[in-house]
Amino acid sequence: MTAVLDPPAPAPPAGSRSRVRRVAGRVAGPWAYAGLIAVLAGSAFPVYWSLVVSSQTPDAIDSVPPVLVPGGHLFENIARVFDTTDFALALTNSIVVSGTITVSVVLFSTLAGFAFAKLRFRGRNVLLLVIIATQAIPTELGVIPLYMMMSEFGWAGQIHAVIVPGLVTAFGVFFMRQYFERAIPDELLEAGRMDGCGSLRLFWHVAMPAARPAAAVLGLFTFMQAWNDFFWPLVVLVPENPTVQTALSTLASGYTTDYTLVLTAATIGTVPVLAVFLLFGRQIVGGIMSGAVKG
Amino acid sequence: MESLDRATRRHRWDTRFAPYAYVAPYFLIFGVFGLFPLLYTIWVSLQHRNLLDAEGASFTGVDNYQQLLADPYFWNAMGNTLSLWLLTTVPQILFALGIAQLLNRKVRTRTLFRMGVILPNVTSVAAVTIIFAQLFGRDFGLINWVLELFGAGHIDWQAGTASSHIAIATMVVWRWTGYHALIFLASMQAIPSSLYEAATLDGARGWQQFWRITVPLLRPQIIFSTIIATTGNMRLLAEPLLFNPGTAAATGGSDRQFQTAALYLYEQGFTNYDFGYSSTIAVVLAITTIIVAGLGYLVTKRIQTD
Repeated sequence: MTAVLDPPAPAPPAGSRSRVRRVAGRVAGPWAYAGLIAVLAGSAFPVYWSLVVSSQTPDAIDSVPPVLVPGGHLFENIARVFDTTDFALALTNSIVVSGTITVSVVLFSTLAGFAFAKLRFRGRNVLLLVIIATQAIPTELGVIPLYMMMSEFGWAGQIHAVIVPGLVTAFGVFFMRQYFERAIPDELLEAGRMDGCGSLRLFWHVAMPAARPAAAVLGLFTFMQAWNDFFWPLVVLVPENPTVQTALSTLASGYTTDYTLVLTAATIGTVPVLAVFLLFGRQIVGGIMSGAVKG
Repeated sequence: MESLDRATRRHRWDTRFAPYAYVAPYFLIFGVFGLFPLLYTIWVSLQHRNLLDAEGASFTGVDNYQQLLADPYFWNAMGNTLSLWLLTTVPQILFALGIAQLLNRKVRTRTLFRMGVILPNVTSVAAVTIIFAQLFGRDFGLINWVLELFGAGHIDWQAGTASSHIAIATMVVWRWTGYHALIFLASMQAIPSSLYEAATLDGARGWQQFWRITVPLLRPQIIFSTIIATTGNMRLLAEPLLFNPGTAAATGGSDRQFQTAALYLYEQGFTNYDFGYSSTIAVVLAITTIIVAGLGYLVTKRIQTD
């Protein structure tokens, strides 16, 4: 909430920031490295452990002392996941849901963010205030009426029900607006106007190209959030038509839990988001450090 | 002449109405699927309404609210939410400060370390909770195995109130500390080095500099993080739900020992199908969240005008 009301000061340009560090930053000694490596190990361990278990046979999990290195049964277990549950459907659903939501949020946020930052219209400030205010209240709390609406539409149990409410986010609009405020000088748009450009052409030829870096960061975060979303899909979907996350919860809640199976599924479900993370880690870290991201 | 006229008219349309067209998709979709359900919750909370019997819905006024205030399960859930708030917020902020401090030095491969601390935050809450539930297992859990190595014995993590809260808090802290650490790190890097140089001349050593300079200058971010952690805690649901998956998952343990308020909302709505009562919980939870966040905002404002 306050992320919006009081965004942290924008980070200084990269050049000056590194100059400050060069003066201020003490060189990390062996203890600092030891601490950081411990943090790194703590962060990575649960994910690593999940991989270890998913590459072992089911009885390895009860062994004393516990196995701590990956075994050779990963593909066998993956095959078992796809045999015992409809995990392929879950993956497909998750890809469709996250993909659609990401494209839509980026598109509509860029459009609305551009209008809020660079176009003058009556009621602009009030509307922007509404967007900021709605960020404060977790929309999960409207879950009962939302469910009633979805049953009314006949969407309950279908992935539309997950996609449609996620198509826009207040955060996205606000994020893009902040970016456009700084990224595009008004003079540039005025020059475009003088040349006879309408606002849609300005958006398409001036704003969109300039928005690319911010849109990419917004897209990354939106994808991750949509992929990891749990509560609403759990409520509105049925076990026969799950996303990855609800499939995991169904798998974990069987009468006797086959942990190897469940953790293999958890590993598979983590891979896409992990891949995105490994590819774009720098942008993700940068996005969080510029105070852009709300949890 | 006529074409010029048309161009002017088009221009006028463009400057007057086009902006509304650009912001309309957001307001349409959010209005229907975000704001309307939130407001309609209030109406449903004033009804006796069951999912399986929509025709039997009846307006009952504040009945649900009276029932809620006298409901021991609700207070139990609120108590657990409060306990988890304490157990998560304080360690998150302290650990995050420490990690940010470590990252704020000249570190080789700093991108690797930064990505390392944020890794927990990008993993899915469902997967992570299932992994942790296994690590916290009673008989074959890795954590109990380690405890036994040190002679600390076997803990049935899910059975006790304190132990289950510690286990769930661990998941939350694990997942969110790195996020707060990066927020702190960003502000630490904006602190002018002259402040530290002056402090060094005055004889202040590392620890003193940290508490006297770094922490006070980070106060806005610390309060921001506290608010984010608090509002997140108010809707804590996946962790308690998946910590003990099974038929009674929604009660948060056999004795509701780790049922949070959000989980109680889920139980009433989607295992008891009591939509009216569930909405009442939602409204009370929303009000609590707004009060807490509002208080936080007021505090933030005050600090900045100091």
